[in-house]
Amino acid sequence: MSCNCKGPKSDLTLLNNIFEEISCVPENLITVLQKAQEIYGYLPEDVIYHVADVLGAKPAEVMGVATFYSQFRLSPIGKYLIMSCQGTACHVNGSKRVSEAVADYLGIKHGETTADGLFTLENVACLGCCSLAPVIMINGEAYGNLTPESAVEVLKTIKEKENGEK
Amino acid sequence: MMRIIIGEGSCGIAAGALKVHSAIENLITANDSFSLGSTGCIGMCYLEPIVDIYDGEVLFKRLVRVTQDKAEDIVSSVRSGDFSLVDDITITSDDEEFLIGQTRIALRHCGLIDPTSIDDYCNADGYSALKKVLGTMTPEDVINEIKISGLAGRGGAGFPTWFKWNAARNSSGEDKYLICNADEGDPGAFMDRALIESDPHSLIEGMLIGAYAIGAKEMIVYVRAEYPLAIKNLEIAIAAAGKNGFLGDNILGSGFSCKMRIKAGAGAFVCGEETALIESLEGKRGMPRLKPPFPAEKGYMDSPSNINNVETYANITWIINNGGAAFAAMGTENSKGTKVFALTGKIKKGGLVEIPMGKTLRDVIFGIGGGIRDGKKFKAVQMGGPSGGCIPESLLDTVIDYKALAATGAIMGSGGMVVMDESTCMVGMAKFFLDFTALESCGKCVHCRIGTKRMQEILSRIVDGEGKTGDIELLEELSLAVKDGALCGLGQTAPNPVLTTIKYFRNEYEAHINEKRCPAKECAALRRYAIDPNKCVGCTLCARGCPTKAIIGKVKETHVIDTTLCVKCDNCRKTCRFGAVTIN
Ligand SMILES: Cc1cc2nc3c(=O)[nH]c(=O)nc-3n(C[C@H](O)[C@H](O)[C@H](O)COP(=O)(O)O)c2cc1C
Ligand code: FES
Repeated sequence: MSCNCKGPKSDLTLLNNIFEEISCVPENLITVLQKAQEIYGYLPEDVIYHVADVLGAKPAEVMGVATFYSQFRLSPIGKYLIMSCQGTACHVNGSKRVSEAVADYLGIKHGETTADGLFTLENVACLGCCSLAPVIMINGEAYGNLTPESAVEVLKTIKEKENGEK
Repeated sequence: MMRIIIGEGSCGIAAGALKVHSAIENLITANDSFSLGSTGCIGMCYLEPIVDIYDGEVLFKRLVRVTQDKAEDIVSSVRSGDFSLVDDITITSDDEEFLIGQTRIALRHCGLIDPTSIDDYCNADGYSALKKVLGTMTPEDVINEIKISGLAGRGGAGFPTWFKWNAARNSSGEDKYLICNADEGDPGAFMDRALIESDPHSLIEGMLIGAYAIGAKEMIVYVRAEYPLAIKNLEIAIAAAGKNGFLGDNILGSGFSCKMRIKAGAGAFVCGEETALIESLEGKRGMPRLKPPFPAEKGYMDSPSNINNVETYANITWIINNGGAAFAAMGTENSKGTKVFALTGKIKKGGLVEIPMGKTLRDVIFGIGGGIRDGKKFKAVQMGGPSGGCIPESLLDTVIDYKALAATGAIMGSGGMVVMDESTCMVGMAKFFLDFTALESCGKCVHCRIGTKRMQEILSRIVDGEGKTGDIELLEELSLAVKDGALCGLGQTAPNPVLTTIKYFRNEYEAHINEKRCPAKECAALRRYAIDPNKCVGCTLCARGCPTKAIIGKVKETHVIDTTLCVKCDNCRKTCRFGAVTIN
């Protein structure tokens, strides 16, 4: 089945390498989606249809998997992905106030992206650096022992750097 | 020769270990006669970044909380042999106690070897257990040795490992699978991450022995996607093991063949449950299956499969090398060997702790962990994550033993140990876990899907100051219904955090419901702000910053808060320079 979706058209040829590397059976669906997300940054609708086609699965099944796992995203993310830890150790050490301060500063809610496309904020459960709680991770780099103020400082620095480059 | 070794596990890196590494690297010249290397997690996460200086094989100096700007002092100390420059960052004898109090079996190589070097592992007696097994033991011998050891699953439930291996061995089927559960879903725990990052070959070797025992030809490690470094180090180790003849066809010429691969999870707590994990391995939504059939009969691809936790496998080589009896000599009557815990929360010294079963919670929290930080008072320790419970101060002398911990209403769990002080609201804690399980419930069974949601709603109401008489009883009733009716362990254990907090901290629930008061002063909706007339100087700062104009007062006169207008934003308390704003 081909895609009738109205969304932007993705360059599906980028997926060819994945299909050469991984055998195209439904069992590998999660791995294929992970690689696809690495390419596009999220899972565009036409990519979901295309993957279903190639793996011999129903689009609904692929969509089912894509929405079940928190790793998969159905919309593009900002240049900086902020993962704000809400694990137990971080919770006990005040992560809620940190993530509220971050959300306030950026003017977005958990799961949203700023209008300038710079930041996406996501709440996650445990980044594995619990002894540095509360922790946020920005594009893979961890910042620990945060206070609401120091977390905002980190973002300010990134924003200034970005504005300077423009 | 002197060696500088930096702890580069995830915690170390998060604290800046890589920056320290490159700063030192940049200072080293061709004339220097010492080397620079890295190791995994040393376990003293609260002291990261840690730099160890070895004289040959002997640890000569341990430097802690090292920053980049100390790089020059470190390098010149190593050059001159005079370490007075680094006195300020040398570990204190009090901090050294953290490791001295431990017995390390699963963690025996962590922080001592370079996880990316198979030579380091082999020099530390690595792969000798595999050689012994393949050369001198039958699969039955192996299973028997594990039986003697009394090893029980470290993933949470504590099921005897030999029994599962034996069942998988006796199942008929050509293709059998040996699976490692490295999903580590308990938010606030990181034992498995540290183990894989720091000693991946131990996992491979332990799994190979298991695969030989059950007759598996393929091994799969299901790792949480949030653990990129663990995945990377394990990939390196699998490749090196293959090159050295420890994986693949005809391993060490024994005729035993076994392959290994990694599968990255995609973020779903329920996938830690073994049948959901199998569904996920098959590329599907991680929905648990009804048991029986157990994975040992019908698991991955409907073939006999054995699933164990990372730490379970990490104990295997030690047991083979030292004998099951030596392992069984440690611990209590029904819990043998050691257990690794991730000690976090309001603790002074947080990190990885491995101790023999039979020690008390007090030994771990106040002995090794050094007690509560900031001079506050201990309130509770949470064990077992979303499936576990909170244990109060009166039960701190409970021994670490599967049965003794279960009797408190909590569980041994996989090793998360989050310590809480008087500033943590226990109702808030219960709500925190129910928020988590309600979100992570896969939705397959009604009791879990709707039951956790209703419990979450009641708890939200209570912390928002809208609790009603009868809410506690309703929560208890719902808890039992969810426990009884849920399909898998997620739902069956989800009420534990609620039940244990009601059992031990009922007064906090009652204060929220009847007096609309949060004893820990944590629940924002229940805070009542006031200005202390003895401290207020009338500077007007708070009044000017109040978003709802709830603060009334003239310059140089005591201000007051109109509680009907106050939205509890906490601005005034933060801006007051005289500490005059109090919360009741
Ligand atoms: C909701 C849920 C989550 C679980 N998460 C994990 C986990 O993250 N890691 C783990 O090893 N076991 C987890 N388990 C336990 C596994 O189902 C299984 O018992 C375990 O992997 C068996 O290994 P063991 O015998 O070595 O402990 C979980 C169970 C449930 C019900
Ligand atoms: S709880 Fe936040 S990093 Fe583990």
